[in-house]
Amino acid sequence: MLEFSILLPAILNGLTTGAIYALIALGLTLIYGVLHIINFAHGSLLMLALYGVFFLHSLFGVDPYLALPIAALALFAVGYGLQRFVIGHASHGKDENILLVTLGLSVIIENLALYLWRSDTRTIETPYSFEVIDFGVAFIAVPKAIAFIGALLVAALLWLLMTRTDLGRAIRALARERQGARLVGINVEHIFAMSFGIGCACLGIAACLLLPSFYVSPQVGHAFVLVAFTVVVLGGMGSFVGALLGGLIIGVTESLGGLFLGESLGQLGIFLIFIIVLLFRPNGLLGQRV
Amino acid sequence: MRNLATIIIFCLVMAPVPLLIQSDFWITWLTLALFYAYLGQAWNLLGGYGGQFSFGHALFFGTGAYCTAILQIHFHINAWGGFVLATVAGGLIGAGTGWLVFRYGLRGSYFALVTLAFAEVFRILANSFDFTGAGVGLLVPLQPGIAQMQFESKAGFFWLLLMLVAVGLLFTWWLENARFGARLMAVRENEDAARALGVDPFDTKLRAIAISGAMAGSAGAVYVQLFLYIDPNIAYGPAMSVEALLVPIIGGLGTIFGPVLGAFALHVIAEIGRLAFGEAPGLNLVLYGILLVLMVLFLPNGLFGLGRVNFSTARLRRLFKRGSHA
Repeated sequence: MLEFSILLPAILNGLTTGAIYALIALGLTLIYGVLHIINFAHGSLLMLALYGVFFLHSLFGVDPYLALPIAALALFAVGYGLQRFVIGHASHGKDENILLVTLGLSVIIENLALYLWRSDTRTIETPYSFEVIDFGVAFIAVPKAIAFIGALLVAALLWLLMTRTDLGRAIRALARERQGARLVGINVEHIFAMSFGIGCACLGIAACLLLPSFYVSPQVGHAFVLVAFTVVVLGGMGSFVGALLGGLIIGVTESLGGLFLGESLGQLGIFLIFIIVLLFRPNGLLGQRV
Repeated sequence: MRNLATIIIFCLVMAPVPLLIQSDFWITWLTLALFYAYLGQAWNLLGGYGGQFSFGHALFFGTGAYCTAILQIHFHINAWGGFVLATVAGGLIGAGTGWLVFRYGLRGSYFALVTLAFAEVFRILANSFDFTGAGVGLLVPLQPGIAQMQFESKAGFFWLLLMLVAVGLLFTWWLENARFGARLMAVRENEDAARALGVDPFDTKLRAIAISGAMAGSAGAVYVQLFLYIDPNIAYGPAMSVEALLVPIIGGLGTIFGPVLGAFALHVIAEIGRLAFGEAPGLNLVLYGILLVLMVLFLPNGLFGLGRVNFSTARLRRLFKRGSHA
């Protein structure tokens, strides 16, 4: 029997990582819900955001948490521009073409980063990097606790945006019925780009929350791509609550898998979930249709 | 028949090339172009004719490569035997993946996602076990001679790959005229309509991915004998997957000669890129990415589409003229 005192910290740690996964997956699922395509450049854009926050810190001494609005806005702009000027023009009536373009973009971004910054792993040091909070039964690093709360806050804000604002209503209308949305006067291209931008802004925020307790390298996107995809598949493509729930489940699974099987094989737990979901519930826990 | 004649002429022209060109550099260059043409043919079968865009064809390629390497190193099985088994392994992995995904009619994004994820998972697996050499990779012992599929002259690999490409060309030519091909293209155009006409989309797509996987697996076996080395990043990394799909996209999706044309065009461009920017890590892939985006944006039908588009607009114009006179 495993001691409760080992299991509980692992679960808490898993939850904090899971919240970040959920935030990344929220961006992915928002883009999927509206555009009905998977953004294969999601991991690479996260990597780009991490580098942005890293350089803001190392060159200008900007604290990662203070960089949050800058990163969110910058990534929003990148996402908006990409959708409006590149991805949006690619479809030629076939969704497959959009997939290819996002794949191409990810290859470009990732390898350009490899060329510019080499494959070195970089980390930053902040005064609070090694601070911990004592929960009595477990210690949680301060950056991780902040990340957990921050990710949940962003998720709540996003939910408010989707349900309470005109922009949110337009996005949801577009996700349901493209033609109808255009007929009632919604600027479809603009809203598509807004959705893509907001999805990417989530990555900017995730990068700021991640960096104090994580690292950045050109391949860092890989570590998140499979996870974020699994979260989205598990939660159900296009489902908000599903992404949140899926992220937490995957975070805990990875943490427990690492505890029982070791670091590298812990990732296999995620893969196992991926296959099981595909086999038995391809629509995910909360997805409506594929 | 015109296509069959072109295939035969292509092979007859290519076959004596190693006898005419003495430069090892150019024979290796042509051999690699043929290798990517063959890999592209595998992708084209599923993506071009079947409309199922795989983002992880490295999954099949890498499995074939590891299969033959492991069989030779740990079990001392002849390379030709390994080649056959690698083909079977690629086909089985293809069928397995297809069964998982196609069962529920998952397509488009979903299919691309699953293939990409599986390739990534196999990369992690190959990285963590000893019998795959983990991160260090596997070195296949050097045993020159035809018996171990390690030809003493560069021309040997050229002819082997030319043969495989010829088989691929003949297969796609057969496909375009066969019932199976018609069913496959019907599924690509409209799955629901195809089903209404009595085509079983699951069965059709499963066959296509199994054959495509088998071809990519055999490509992996040849790759290992050519370079005598394989590691998780070469086998399952994104580079191979991207090249597999880029080649037919440049040439022309769902055409017999698209992959061959695309492979040669891609390698001319890559060569120019190397001359212009030097041999820096990652830069060739940046170039591939840019090519992919540009092709999809401006030439979605590939180089072959160039001819077809002009032809069809000319015909349209003629039709319109006739319409306005009437």
